[in-house]
Amino acid sequence: MNHWIIAPVILPALLAPLIILLMRNDLLLQRVFSIAGTVALTLISFALLWAATVNPPEVYFPGDWPAPFGIVLVLDRLSALMVALTAVLGLAVVLYAIGTGWDARGRHFHALFQFQLMGICGAFLTGDAFNLFVFFEVLLIASYGLMVHGGGRERTRAGVQYIAFNLLGSSLLLIALASIYAITGTLNMADLAVKVAALPEGDAALMRVAAVMLILVFAIKGALVPLQFWLPGTYANAPGPVAALFSVMTKIGAYAIIRIGTLVFPPDTPATGTLIADLLLGSALITLILGAVGVLGATTLARMVAYAGIASMGTLFLAIAAFTPQATAAALYYMIHSTLATAAMFLVADLVLSRRQDDSLRHSLPPIAQSGLIASLFFATAIAMAGMPPLSGFLGKLLVLDALRDQAAIVWSVILVTSLITIIGFARGGSVLFWKSHASDEVVETAPEPDPLAFTMVIALIGALGAMTVFAGPLMGWLEVAAAELHDPAAYIAANRLPGSE
Amino acid sequence: MEALVASAIGLMTAAGIYLTLRLRTFPVIVGLTLLSYAVNVFIFAAGRLAVNMPPIYDAAVKSYADPLPQALVLTAIVISFGMTAVIVLVALAAFLKSGHDRVDMTDEPDDAAGTGDRE
Repeated sequence: MNHWIIAPVILPALLAPLIILLMRNDLLLQRVFSIAGTVALTLISFALLWAATVNPPEVYFPGDWPAPFGIVLVLDRLSALMVALTAVLGLAVVLYAIGTGWDARGRHFHALFQFQLMGICGAFLTGDAFNLFVFFEVLLIASYGLMVHGGGRERTRAGVQYIAFNLLGSSLLLIALASIYAITGTLNMADLAVKVAALPEGDAALMRVAAVMLILVFAIKGALVPLQFWLPGTYANAPGPVAALFSVMTKIGAYAIIRIGTLVFPPDTPATGTLIADLLLGSALITLILGAVGVLGATTLARMVAYAGIASMGTLFLAIAAFTPQATAAALYYMIHSTLATAAMFLVADLVLSRRQDDSLRHSLPPIAQSGLIASLFFATAIAMAGMPPLSGFLGKLLVLDALRDQAAIVWSVILVTSLITIIGFARGGSVLFWKSHASDEVVETAPEPDPLAFTMVIALIGALGAMTVFAGPLMGWLEVAAAELHDPAAYIAANRLPGSE
Repeated sequence: MEALVASAIGLMTAAGIYLTLRLRTFPVIVGLTLLSYAVNVFIFAAGRLAVNMPPIYDAAVKSYADPLPQALVLTAIVISFGMTAVIVLVALAAFLKSGHDRVDMTDEPDDAAGTGDRE
């Protein structure tokens, strides 16, 4: 048994209380340990990525309880990829927060940050549906703290909405899980896959209700229409680095739908059929349109980035809804791209906001310090988000289009038209922000110290997008194996060593 | 007993959802609490309703209550308790900062003053 599988959960879980208990008054020490912890997490996650590449799916049994009764953690290519993505993004965000001094604007940033990483990594690794709920709550309770970090009237009020909305989501998730347990008598995902495939005819209707409730909860996390309305207010009011980290939280919804949709409710299972795919397809199309229109109509830069994030979730869910290995591989590529690009764009928005308190797009404002550099960073991230060459957004959209050839009439036109709308929206926003500011005759506001670390992190994220483009071939090869593994979950189920299956 | 438990869950859920849709934080939080009670009873009922049956192995006993939902509901209770504490505190902070306890964010009349009280 590979004990390193539980390390991405244990490491932040031990580090965060240490930071609270021993170093709560020493910001320097907190920073050192937070960076060291995140670097260690990144290294461990790369080691796990390697382990998942060379080995079939591997299961960790905490407490050595056998599978359907004990909680399990499962390391396969998808979960290893998501943990590595979280760790890399976490490292960039924590360095950015230190570079800009965001972590000093409130207390306990680093402890909350580590708890957040623990929850996200746990949600990606767990192989038990109820444990997924528990890790959701861990990451949510940390995100509540991070969301209101730094205080302020609007941010706190947006925080109340965010918490209330997620508490409703958690209630719905519990109802869905209890229904699934009442029908099948298990919550282990591999065991569920076996039991749902052999479900008696009479239970199918109830199982469909439970499945839809489960998908609704993941749609809340993934900001799918009509459950997206919490996202713009939350992300636009959250501190910049926190919003960047949250860009991986929407992907948890996408991850969960990929996992549950391929393992427990695949389209060929008699109980649910293509129900999930059909629901996802329609709502993903509307999500994409709404996100693009939101980019065009947004009144502030932060809201524009939030809507761009919603639009990218729409594209992602379009690829997921196809539930074919090719489309899933494209979805995984787009998911990595979308996480990094959205995060980079939130960081750019934060750079603008830290130089002038107002990021309104309604009227032009005086120019900001380092305007040229920030404008070119905005330009690069906008290219990536809108899906233009040469960055990975273009390749990602191309792969999604290629995988959805059989639905070309509707899906292609929606993706292409919304891409155009997004480009126009970004062009409008960018010109108001950076060009029209020169028309204003007000003096330049006092410039803050340029923070090289913060700029380096934004450039590093954009560089990662560039690397994704250059190494798209090998990356896609790896992702295609991961997608094939997802669509043929026999190895995943066998790794759980369920009684009676040997 | 099934009818009683089912209607209790239904009633609590209905009252919880109604209160959650209110505009002030206090009813919203009470609504969320009611909803979490309903969910907890629902999880408990997911293991089938059983009277006078032990959940733990005993050589002399032939039939058992399902022990797993009891463990699940314990986890759910602890988590919803913690989450309610968090939302109460954040709602209190929002009330103290803005002077009112509305949940929606539509009012922007004296927004310029909003940046002034950042601490």
